[in-house]
Amino acid sequence: MTEATSSPIQLRVNGVERELRVDPDMPLLWVLRDVLGLTGTKYGCGQALCGACSVHLDGAVVRSCCTPVRRAEGRDVTTIEGLSEDGTHPLQQAWIELGVPQCGFCQAGQIMTAAALLRKQPKPSPEQVEQSLAGNLCRCGTYTRIRAAVQRAAELTKG
Amino acid sequence: MRCSSQTGPWLGALCGPCCLALWLACAAPVATQGTTESPAAPAIALPEVAPGALRAPAVFDAVPDPAQRSSALFTELARVLLHPRCVNCHVEGDSPAQGAHFEQHEPPVLRGPEDRGVVGMECESCHQDRNLELSRVPGAVGWRLPPRAMAWQGKAPSELCAQLKDPVRNGQRGLADIVEHSRRDPLVAWGWQPGFERQPAPGSQAEFAALVAAWVSSGAQCPEAEDAVPVNIGANHD
Repeated sequence: MTEATSSPIQLRVNGVERELRVDPDMPLLWVLRDVLGLTGTKYGCGQALCGACSVHLDGAVVRSCCTPVRRAEGRDVTTIEGLSEDGTHPLQQAWIELGVPQCGFCQAGQIMTAAALLRKQPKPSPEQVEQSLAGNLCRCGTYTRIRAAVQRAAELTKG
Repeated sequence: MRCSSQTGPWLGALCGPCCLALWLACAAPVATQGTTESPAAPAIALPEVAPGALRAPAVFDAVPDPAQRSSALFTELARVLLHPRCVNCHVEGDSPAQGAHFEQHEPPVLRGPEDRGVVGMECESCHQDRNLELSRVPGAVGWRLPPRAMAWQGKAPSELCAQLKDPVRNGQRGLADIVEHSRRDPLVAWGWQPGFERQPAPGSQAEFAALVAAWVSSGAQCPEAEDAVPVNIGANHD
C-alpha cells in the first residue's frame, strides 16, 4: 500500500499488482514517478501535446500526464521500465545500435509509441511510422534516427 | 426595402441570425422591376438574438407558412451545427480542427480507419471521459470523430438539412433518433460544456434539442438552396 488516503485503486504496473491510496484524479504520470518511483516516463508539457509521458494502458498508448489514475483501475500499465525484462526489446536494441538519443528526454515516449505501433503493425510502412509518431516531439531533432530505428526494430522483430 | 431572391442570403451573410426577420420577409414572392410581380409579404418580426443564444421554438409561431416555419427552425438550429464546437470534428478531411478559427489540431492527429485515430495516437490517448481543466484537454465519453459522411464543414443549412435527414449520412438515424441524439448524446452535450475558456455552442443543449424536436414535428422541412443563408457563425467565434 502506498500513501494513506481514502479508497484504494488497484492496477498492475509492469506486471506487478499495486494498490494505491491516491486521489483518483491524480495524473497517472504523478503516480508512476512520484508514488512508484518509476522515473523513466518523463513530464514534458503536461497538456498531451509532446508525447514524452506516453505509456501503455492495456497495450494502447495513453499520455499519462492527462490520464487520471482512476482510468487505470483494474488495468495493465506498462512503462519504459517494463517494456522488456533486460532491455532487449527490438526497439531498445535498435535505439542503441543507431545511437538515436541526443539529450534523451523524449525517448521513452518515442519508444513506447513505437512499441504500440510494432505490436499492431510488425512491418510498418514509413508513412505509418510517421503518422503514429507525429505527436511525439523531439527538441533535439533526432527524428531521422528515430524513424530509422523503428524500421530497424521491425527488421529485428522475429516473425 | 426592395427584396429579391438574392437579397436574403446577402443580408444573412452581412448580419447573421439577427436578420432572420428580414430574410423571412424577403424569402416570399416579391416585386421585381420589369418582371411578373406579386405583393411583398409583410415583414415577420422575430426578435433579435445574441450570438450566444438561440431563439425558442415558440418564436417561430410568428411564421404563418408551415413549411417556411419548419425551414426557419432548421436555419436557427443550424447555428449550433455550424459552430466551431461541432464543426471542428465534423470534418471532411483526415484531421479535426480546434479553437475558434479552425486551427490545426495539436498534436497532428489523423482520423484513422475507425475514426478514432491511428495506433499510438488514438483520440482516447489524450481525451478522457470529461474535460480536464489543468491540462486543458477537452473530454467526453466516447471521444472520437464523426464518420466522414457526417462532415458539416463549410456547408450551408440547406445542405446540412438534407444530410441530416439522409440515413446514409446520419448514422442510420430516423428523425426521432435525431431528436433523442440531440437531447442525450454525451458528445453533443459537450458542445455546451467545452471547458477551459472555449466558447460553448449557442443556447443550451435543452434549447437546441427543443428546436430539433420542433423542426421534426413541423415536418422537418429544409431551407431551399437559394434561401440557405450561410449563417454568420463568425459572430459566434469570439
